[in-house]
Amino acid sequence: MSITIKDVEHVANLARLELTDDEKQQFTEQLNAILKYAEQLNKLDTDHVEPTSHVMPLFNVMREDEVRPSLPLDKVMQNAPDEEDGQIKVPAVLE
Amino acid sequence: MSLFDLKLQEIHNRLHGKELTVTDLVDEALRRIGQVDGKVKAFLTLDEERARSAAQQLDKQSGGDVKGLLFGLPIGIKDNIVTEGLTTTCASQFLKNFNPIYDATVVKKLKDAQAVTIGKLNMDEFAMGGSNENSSFHPTHNPWNLDYVPGGSSGGSAAAVAAGEVYFSLGSDTGGSIRQPASYCGIVGMKPTYGLVSRFGLVAFASSLDQIGPLTKNVEDCAYLLQAIAGYDPMDSTSAKVDIPDYVSALTGDVKGLRVAVPKEYLGQGIDPKVKDAVQTALKVLEAQGAIVEEVSMPHSEYAVATYYLLASSEASSNLARFDGVRYGVRAENPANLLDLYHKSRSQGFGPEVKRRIMLGTYALSSGYYDAYYLKAQKVRTLIKQDFDNVFAKYDVIVGPTAPTPAFKIGSQTKDPLTMYLNDILTIPVNLAGVPAISVPCGFADGMPVGLQIIGKPLDESTVLRAAHAYEQNTDFHKQRPAL
Repeated sequence: MSITIKDVEHVANLARLELTDDEKQQFTEQLNAILKYAEQLNKLDTDHVEPTSHVMPLFNVMREDEVRPSLPLDKVMQNAPDEEDGQIKVPAVLE
Repeated sequence: MSLFDLKLQEIHNRLHGKELTVTDLVDEALRRIGQVDGKVKAFLTLDEERARSAAQQLDKQSGGDVKGLLFGLPIGIKDNIVTEGLTTTCASQFLKNFNPIYDATVVKKLKDAQAVTIGKLNMDEFAMGGSNENSSFHPTHNPWNLDYVPGGSSGGSAAAVAAGEVYFSLGSDTGGSIRQPASYCGIVGMKPTYGLVSRFGLVAFASSLDQIGPLTKNVEDCAYLLQAIAGYDPMDSTSAKVDIPDYVSALTGDVKGLRVAVPKEYLGQGIDPKVKDAVQTALKVLEAQGAIVEEVSMPHSEYAVATYYLLASSEASSNLARFDGVRYGVRAENPANLLDLYHKSRSQGFGPEVKRRIMLGTYALSSGYYDAYYLKAQKVRTLIKQDFDNVFAKYDVIVGPTAPTPAFKIGSQTKDPLTMYLNDILTIPVNLAGVPAISVPCGFADGMPVGLQIIGKPLDESTVLRAAHAYEQNTDFHKQRPAL
């Protein structure tokens, strides 16, 4: 299995990245090399192995459904790239 | 002798006896930074004004009545740990103007212990890298030889401690990012058990692997710092609800009867012969103190790097989706529409290594490839973890080198990401298994420091620290300082 420039373009779109032609070429080569290296995992028979997503036992963390203070709006807005009337501005989504 | 060579207890006593003030300590740190950081470049942001005023405040309030041992100590924080009112960039152009509105839990704990934050330390962008060359601002240089890398991704945190700029620092370790730079810079670095230290306020890279930990000059300092930052945090849903032992009282100096496993895979092919020599000499030191050293096999070690890069990149691609240029960070100018704003902001904000990992992770998680790559890697992770379980059924600790080679020259490995990834071959299995590990200085190879890695059972930091401390008591590598 090998990755083509078309695959790279598709994945870049999924990842919301805009790549230059040079980057597309470079990532095609590098991802192929890395995935080829990763194929060594196929040497292992894992048919009856459970996957490990977390090493420690995980539980749902619950708390009482009570109102707590939110982050202060004026402070949140200090980091917003564009803002008006306490709201973050973005380009129009609807026509 | 610099104030930074004094032991914690000694500084504490002098503060208590009013022979020394916090202002003296902070002034000394800033003086040293002014003297050497132009060469080392460990810092991204200095918090000079607030550090001085915090010092004055502490001096005024305490009047010599000094409580904890961390009182007044100048510390540095890796720049992926958020600090209220102090820029946190993750060494990325994307966050160059990001000013957090709260403190990470670890920062809050250190402030509660009345340590003084001096500034934020350089790293590989979003903690992705093993050399600090992926910082989008500037590389950090190894204090032992400025032509060499300090390691990564907590390279700034390691270099600042090694250069005597801060008393100690915090780093984060996803695949070895505390231990490997500690090894390259000749200091102590510890990755605690996954979940022992809160990750609240750590900018996430790979959430199932990331862990915050201390970088210090010796094992005793490491125990004190770990004591201060460990513990359950309701703000982190993966935080472990466990009692925290007294790590300092674990430092007995006694390793008689300690069962030490040495995986033959950790001293096999690809390990620099001088690194191997230093580690074998270190094992003899432990043996001479009564430890029982035996060779074991951890057969899945060779699969750890491939497993790690699939899992870490997948988690990274998901975590980094939040950087869209909308709520914080840098936004691209003149986008055609909202989708274009995402594309342009991300493409302009992220550097090449970050893009490469997002691409790899998105591919590994994408429809049709999920089972072949992501799920397969999660299953191999189980086998790697079982290797550890099997060894720990019979042994107390696992010992080997921290990195296969000493630090390399800046620019010598940047062309080939795979070669660079293999630098983490000895540290990665530890993150996949979630167990604790420390790196302590154990020698030099061609003038550059070599690190000894001691790995422990889950939540058994005490034994890891005890073994590291006992080793340290019988050597003087940790006392050697680079000439700067």
